[in-house]
Amino acid sequence: MSEAFQLILLAVDSAIRLSVPLLFACLAGLYSERSGVVDIGLEGKMLIGAFAAGAVASLVPNPWLGLLAAVMASVLFALVHGFASISQRGNQIVSGVAINVLASGLTAILGNAWFGQGGRTPQLPSNARFNEITLPFVEAARSVPVLGAIYVEVISGHSVLVYLAMAMVPLTWFVLYRTSWGLRLRAVGENPAAVDTAGLSVARLRYGAVIVAGILCGFGGAYLSIAQSAGFITDMTAGKGFIALAALIFAKWRPLPALGACFLFGLLDAVALRIQGVSFPGIGQVPVQAIQALPYILTVVLLAGFIGKATPPRAVGVPYLKDRS
Amino acid sequence: MPPPAIQMTGIDKRFGAVHANNAVSMTVEKGTVHGLIGENGAGKSTLMSILYGFYAADSGTIAINGKPSLIRTPADAIHSGIGMVHQHFMLVETFTVVENVMLGAEGGVFTARGASAVRAKLRALSHAYGMDVNPDAVVCELAVGELQRVEILKALVKGADILILDEPTAVLTPGEVDTLFVLLRRLADEGKTIIIVTHKLKEIMAVTDRVSVMRRGAMVGTVETRNTSPADLAELMVGRRVMLTVEKGPANPQGVVLDVKDLTVRDARGTVRLDHATFQVRAGEIVGIAGVSGNGQSELLETIAGIRKPAGGTISLNGTMLDCGGGDDPTALRARGLRHVPEDRHRMGLVKQFEAAESAILGCSDEPGFGAGPFLDRDAVLADCIRKMASFDVRPADPTLRTALFSGGNQQKIVLAREIERDPRLLLIGQPTRGVDIGAIEFIHKRIIALRDAGKAVLLVSTELDEVLALSDRVLVMCGGKITGERRPEDTNEQDMGLLMAGVSSDAPKVAA
Repeated sequence: MSEAFQLILLAVDSAIRLSVPLLFACLAGLYSERSGVVDIGLEGKMLIGAFAAGAVASLVPNPWLGLLAAVMASVLFALVHGFASISQRGNQIVSGVAINVLASGLTAILGNAWFGQGGRTPQLPSNARFNEITLPFVEAARSVPVLGAIYVEVISGHSVLVYLAMAMVPLTWFVLYRTSWGLRLRAVGENPAAVDTAGLSVARLRYGAVIVAGILCGFGGAYLSIAQSAGFITDMTAGKGFIALAALIFAKWRPLPALGACFLFGLLDAVALRIQGVSFPGIGQVPVQAIQALPYILTVVLLAGFIGKATPPRAVGVPYLKDRS
Repeated sequence: MPPPAIQMTGIDKRFGAVHANNAVSMTVEKGTVHGLIGENGAGKSTLMSILYGFYAADSGTIAINGKPSLIRTPADAIHSGIGMVHQHFMLVETFTVVENVMLGAEGGVFTARGASAVRAKLRALSHAYGMDVNPDAVVCELAVGELQRVEILKALVKGADILILDEPTAVLTPGEVDTLFVLLRRLADEGKTIIIVTHKLKEIMAVTDRVSVMRRGAMVGTVETRNTSPADLAELMVGRRVMLTVEKGPANPQGVVLDVKDLTVRDARGTVRLDHATFQVRAGEIVGIAGVSGNGQSELLETIAGIRKPAGGTISLNGTMLDCGGGDDPTALRARGLRHVPEDRHRMGLVKQFEAAESAILGCSDEPGFGAGPFLDRDAVLADCIRKMASFDVRPADPTLRTALFSGGNQQKIVLAREIERDPRLLLIGQPTRGVDIGAIEFIHKRIIALRDAGKAVLLVSTELDEVLALSDRVLVMCGGKITGERRPEDTNEQDMGLLMAGVSSDAPKVAA
């Protein structure tokens, strides 16, 4: 097997790992925004989820309990956002920013108070984490050229959350386009008055979507602290919630393109990791900061118009108020 | 005799200080077309929203087919067999017709089975009533008339026996109105009950069996349509005798004031909204633009007023070519004697949160009379507003009252006063009487004609065909961004106008300008 092919496989494998938290957050944003609730608080929800997972898994060495804690913490934050933006008809951006600030501050303070490690949670043993799963027939597949290598390097050997994230994409598509709830969800993000006059509750649908967003952000957070890493680190989401939001726009609020967009950002991240310290002919060594900035530069370039017209759900960000004639 | 389809008794509803419905009672017999009329703010939409469960009444009872019914949500209303076609269509634009119709009644967790059931019902209904709609068409691609059909189908598919239509003809051509009325009549003959909410007296006379009239939140009477007349209904609505016809002498057109050639406008998406419009307006004449709303009239007005940039064509004002690229912005145009009463006073004409006196100097605050340099002379502003209020009969004549607290008619008078008192050479006026009470309509029409008689040029846009025909000396008809015809009001009729509004070109020779 050629070295270049091996290199590509490793990059793709790494891109998948890096794109998983983006994908969870992006799909979370998709549910929320398709229902008409802007979710700038993906970052904060993932962060509080990551912290809860790390904290619980360090106390009880069971990753599933960690995941449950992450989901509960994230859903709690989602409900705060839902209460502010659905029930109280507040400004959704302000509420989202508040979620982010709160999560960032709370995780640092609680982490320090509980574990005394400067905001980190204790290093997790292997049995408290989601470990990599080796899929069946890996040994047999090794002998198959090309496809076998793809199976071994790229498809096999991820944690259960990676497979879950991938499964969420077709599932989301199906929910959105083939179920009654999905039809209503898409309708409430476009024209809530139409949903209201059809005899459906706008608030109930939007709360449902916001809670689903909370669950998915919890998965994303748990992946960061108890699958990808072995514990929570202060501000470990590092803007992933915002990149996910960019990917959501890039994907024009559709699930399948969301997978592509998240993978692209993940790939960029993987490449950035790989070319650190590499000396390029003619340019020399590129500063680490410049490489780390690549995903963000791509985001700006893409959003500045390389993706064509991205029409958001029409009612996104607008609190629903029955107009009084 | 069967029990009445609807019996609303003692319905009371307040919104803060506004008593929208004051002990309103209304009975609608089964199988009839029942009209509900009243001026803007009379409470008819509130009453219908209560019947449809959109608002909950503070007190009062509703009985459907003799059975007391607690209608608290639209779901309750739908369950009781009530369907409503709202004035602003309640459709999801990105959905297909089938998706819109099935929303809320999908028949299970998955949409597949419900969709095919809805499809079958749509086919049956379009067979029975000749309402052809492509079930797979995306709603944003449909014409307004078709959207209304979708709304009606939506109600019928959900099994509505009682159909409420709120201002259903506002967006239709006269031909489409006739088709709608035939359909409503047929539905009523088949035993369905129809309530039609409108402010157009002529339509009430044409289609209803009975009419209920509301005034200032109260029900003032229900009459048999065949025993009443438009003048009687207007009197019930307003509380006094009103003139329904406009009196004006012949025009005396002078030199050309506005000369528009091949004016073309595209919107942000690049769609042509105004297509090579060419016409002139002379001093001392009113040129009216008729057409169903959304056929390029707004774009035409806004482009001439300097708010939009044209994609092509020229505009001359008093013989001077305008710089439409931005040099002649609204301020520059005002200096050249152009004044604009926008179609939507809430969006463009006024600031609702401002005091009346502040709204009355919007765009004129730099004039020397209102202060020096950056400072406003409040006394002068108030005095000016009092003067305007007196000459335009604005009530209450309080310049410090918030603009939002005036009625629609009085708000419109404030805008008109601001623009007309500046002695324009050309007045652009859009929807002069939309949402204006009948009493004020009379006044506004008189002022527009007085302006013409003073030798000014007036370009009038209105979607009320009667208004355009009554006021204009010449009428241009627009459809799909094109001017499809020109007529003198005395040489045309509703059928002829209806064809032009629907874009059916006619071979009749143009009337010389």
